[in-house]
Amino acid sequence: MEGNEKKSTNGWNRRTVLKGLAGLPIVGGALIGAAGVSRSAKKEKQNILNTLNINASPPPPVGSMSGDPIKIGIIGFGGRGEHLCRASGYATKEWLDSMRESAKKNPKDTRLKSFEEQENLNVQITAVCDLFDIRAEKALNSFGNNIKRYPNYEALLDKGDVDAVIIATADHWHGPIAIAALQAGKHVYVEKPMTHNIAETYALREAAENSKAVFAVGHQHRQTQSFLTAQDVIKKDILGHISLIQANTNRNSDNGAWQYAIHEKASPQTIDWEQFLGSAPKIPFNKEHFFRWRKWWAYGSGLSGDLMTHDYDRINCILKMGIPRYATASGGIYTHRDGRNVPDVYQVNMEYPDFITGDSPDKRKGMTLVYSATLGNQYGRKTLLMGNEGTMELGNSLTIYGDRNSKRYRDTMRKYNIRPGDPIYSYDPAADGVDGVTSATSKYFADKGLLWTYRDGKRVDSTFLHIKEWLSCIRNGGSPSCGIQEGFEEAITAHMAGLSYKIGRRIEWDHIKQEIIAKPGEDLDQILLADTDNIYLGASFEGSTRDTTLAL
Amino acid sequence: MKELNYSKGQANALVVLRLLIGWHFLYEGLIKLFNPSWTAQGYLMGSTGPFKGFFHMLSGESLIGFIDFMNIAALTVVGLGLILGLWSRWAGYIGIALLAMYYLAHPPFPGLTIKGPAEGSYLFVNKNLIEIFALAVLIKFPTDKYFGLELFFGQKFKKKPSIETIKED
Repeated sequence: MEGNEKKSTNGWNRRTVLKGLAGLPIVGGALIGAAGVSRSAKKEKQNILNTLNINASPPPPVGSMSGDPIKIGIIGFGGRGEHLCRASGYATKEWLDSMRESAKKNPKDTRLKSFEEQENLNVQITAVCDLFDIRAEKALNSFGNNIKRYPNYEALLDKGDVDAVIIATADHWHGPIAIAALQAGKHVYVEKPMTHNIAETYALREAAENSKAVFAVGHQHRQTQSFLTAQDVIKKDILGHISLIQANTNRNSDNGAWQYAIHEKASPQTIDWEQFLGSAPKIPFNKEHFFRWRKWWAYGSGLSGDLMTHDYDRINCILKMGIPRYATASGGIYTHRDGRNVPDVYQVNMEYPDFITGDSPDKRKGMTLVYSATLGNQYGRKTLLMGNEGTMELGNSLTIYGDRNSKRYRDTMRKYNIRPGDPIYSYDPAADGVDGVTSATSKYFADKGLLWTYRDGKRVDSTFLHIKEWLSCIRNGGSPSCGIQEGFEEAITAHMAGLSYKIGRRIEWDHIKQEIIAKPGEDLDQILLADTDNIYLGASFEGSTRDTTLAL
Repeated sequence: MKELNYSKGQANALVVLRLLIGWHFLYEGLIKLFNPSWTAQGYLMGSTGPFKGFFHMLSGESLIGFIDFMNIAALTVVGLGLILGLWSRWAGYIGIALLAMYYLAHPPFPGLTIKGPAEGSYLFVNKNLIEIFALAVLIKFPTDKYFGLELFFGQKFKKKPSIETIKED
């Protein structure tokens, strides 16, 4: 080998220099290649985004929170009531302690930090009313010296120093309390479902329309950024004609099936049972009914009012499709055969034969919204809006898929080699932050965009934003994004579904007369709230209320 | 210092192997560098096998920025070293460490499911493992002083470097 060496007397010869530097052009090649590939990928992405031109609609406007503090009374201080108070800036000592403990164990748990950083909404909680002494006392112990407890809502409205009330009671009290508050001139934030029966839905609408007070329904997802983005997707007709929408509830836990804890101190001495019953059938004191009221039609409305209303309003805030012409529901109690009388598997088809999206109303119109729910499985079925040009998957993130046969996207998809399973657009505000999620039920809500949303890349409690919007309307004027009309549509739709489930027939809405069509002799409210499963199927289901002492 | 004697064919084959692996590393590094939204988070979170705990830890919010930076830096440095023929022995060691992490994050061990479509079928031996040993060969059979910037460094220039005789430090 040595013999082959070509000697040079001048140190490096040309060949040596070339061999020494030959790597440089290769590095240059890799650099040019990588830069070129990256640039064209970025350009393709930009081209697609430009074609779609999707922008989030601006969030509901909110004005200044300055001025005198708004005095608020909280009516119903259970789990949801506590959350609404936190959204207003008031947390209980117990909650703060448990969050401190939790944040110590898990640094990813930012709930305490988020609460501490929450903007001051300039409110004073001055009154509380809860029928369970322990809960009312919790508020008194935590919320300072200015808060007073009242035995019932009438006393609170009559004597309390309040400008506004937040109502987070059992469903059967939403309507009556909201009506009384509006008539007393108080601003109202009421939890969903807005009402528990048909008659009070009309009565509440009338009360709200005749009152100067600001009325809001607690569908906080109207603040969710992905829904605001979805509104723009619809406005720009990106999906074409939407003929089918599917929305689902998928839960499989005790908490998700409303098997809430029964407080050890619950007794006829600590709970005002008569007041709780209200319009419900008179039965002896029952702890389970008090703490797990969502399981009975007499106080709650099962999947209809509790969870379908969320999904319905999520779609209604995007499509503004209103009350369906027809609703058909079916289901049963298949997993939680524990004495409840509301179904735990529930399917509702809401038909909108005249609803138009897309650009060819002469050719295409009509849409069905399918709500499908189970409390016995939590496989994450997605909310899908299905149009002839594309499909939108909606939650806290938003993804759009071009349809394989879409005329509009076929060329784009072919040009950029997008497979039908790959999205043409994806919006995920959480992509930069994986959040610590606490339980299956809160994950269910978070995935649906019901717990928190994002503003300027920062995670915000959507309930806080919704309360803030309501307070801003009180201070500065304007209408809440979920006001009386939206609440009316939500409530009537839920009641139509509940009626269909009970009667076993397609329920029709007369949009001229603005009423649900009843057959002669039918008392729809009586049917809706009755302690029956399906009145025409014999009103029987094993393991139902018969197992308890509570035949109504 | 010892001398390694290669035939011209041996030396050329080793250089080509070095350049190919160098290109592979450099391109991977640059393509990630030019894509600001790239992150190894999903890859690390999807880790399976006996070391998944470690890789899941690396995917955490507090570390992932640093991990992404180190990955891009290491890929690029290894690629440059191998292509330019500069300290390519060290580039080889870093490359082996990097490949070993990739291998252990998604090891082709029996019973572990592969997430997503795979472009081949592997049991114990996959392309990462083969590349690790290809780098081991390059460390043991250096060519920097035959083809690369090290022709200019690390020796007395008055003495013409040999072509096929390579002195290893």
